[in-house]
Amino acid sequence: MSRESALVTADWVEEHLNDSSVVLVEVDEDTEAYDKGHIPGAIKLDWKGDLQDGVRHDFVSKDKLEALLSAKGIGNDDTVVFYGGNNNWFAAYAYWYLKYYGHDNLRLLDGGRKKWELDSRELTTEVSDRPATTYVAKDADESIRAFRDEVIASIGTKNLIDVRSPDEYAGRLLAPAHLPQEQAQIGGHIPTAGNVPWSKAANDDGTFRSDEELKALYADAGLDDAKDTIAYCRIGERSSHTWFVLKEILGHENVKNYDGSWTEYGALRAVPVALGDEPGVA
Amino acid sequence: MCGAIKGGPSLEGVDVANEAVIQGIVTRDGQPVGNAYVRLLDRTGEFTAEVPTSATGQFRFFAGPGEWTLRTLAPKSISVDNAVTAAKGVVAEVAVAV
Repeated sequence: MSRESALVTADWVEEHLNDSSVVLVEVDEDTEAYDKGHIPGAIKLDWKGDLQDGVRHDFVSKDKLEALLSAKGIGNDDTVVFYGGNNNWFAAYAYWYLKYYGHDNLRLLDGGRKKWELDSRELTTEVSDRPATTYVAKDADESIRAFRDEVIASIGTKNLIDVRSPDEYAGRLLAPAHLPQEQAQIGGHIPTAGNVPWSKAANDDGTFRSDEELKALYADAGLDDAKDTIAYCRIGERSSHTWFVLKEILGHENVKNYDGSWTEYGALRAVPVALGDEPGVA
Repeated sequence: MCGAIKGGPSLEGVDVANEAVIQGIVTRDGQPVGNAYVRLLDRTGEFTAEVPTSATGQFRFFAGPGEWTLRTLAPKSISVDNAVTAAKGVVAEVAVAV
């Protein structure tokens, strides 16, 4: 994977607005953002209503995903271009999720919704409708998803990257600061995890930094190329952003996203937790 | 959109006593800017959160006690920084002009 195979620019998207084999999909934390205006032709996926199981604490099954993508008019051969607010956090989450179920042609719009808006490019409230398809998902690719037992076993052995803000990592904040701070989980981080905030991988306008800058970022943070890597955040969407950088832009081999992330880990009984700005010991 | 609104969004339903709220409004020439992005930087300048402004130009963060910087990006403007101090139980109001 590389920048060229994983990212498209806003100009590229404008040139492909009428290309029926390219499906623009907006995914936002604010699930009403699409309704207030979106890129012409884009359809909406609701990261909560569409992509979460709704009963189990998990995302939707393969069957439900197939039904969802079929109804949305996404075909197996289509190029799916995700974009969204929050610097593409939830778009990267949806990208990772479709990758998990084996979709081949996936891209992120570099800079997402923010760059599009800051460039004053066209937005519309006209809702797009695509003819239904018969989507067939592949079996889940567990090589890109980490669960809690693997994470606990990785303490002190694999690269653990906590991509939350320094104040969340240290335990001074319990959630990103656009959300209320009352949370069920305790504060802190997984011992031995380094803190490389997702935001260091992005420019102010939401576009990704250059390959050289990204390589230097993770090298300086002590990421050991010889080891497998697991990224986590609070609910798995910011870590999807970092998973995207490491796996899809820089081409690292063994990178997993721990989507249970701190809401799960910080609520577990009797697991080790580190507080403060240092990684802590195994 | 008239320019009569002062300050950040309504605090109805917000647990102000237990939060260190930073909020306000982004304006250009006295008019609210509804398509700006406000980011919250910590005391070291590191990104902590970002929100788009509402249609009325308003924004809100739930920070921790301490010194913070708001960095506002709006179309056709250079970014603007505003320093702000947050404290639990206090609502810090910031007027941002771009």
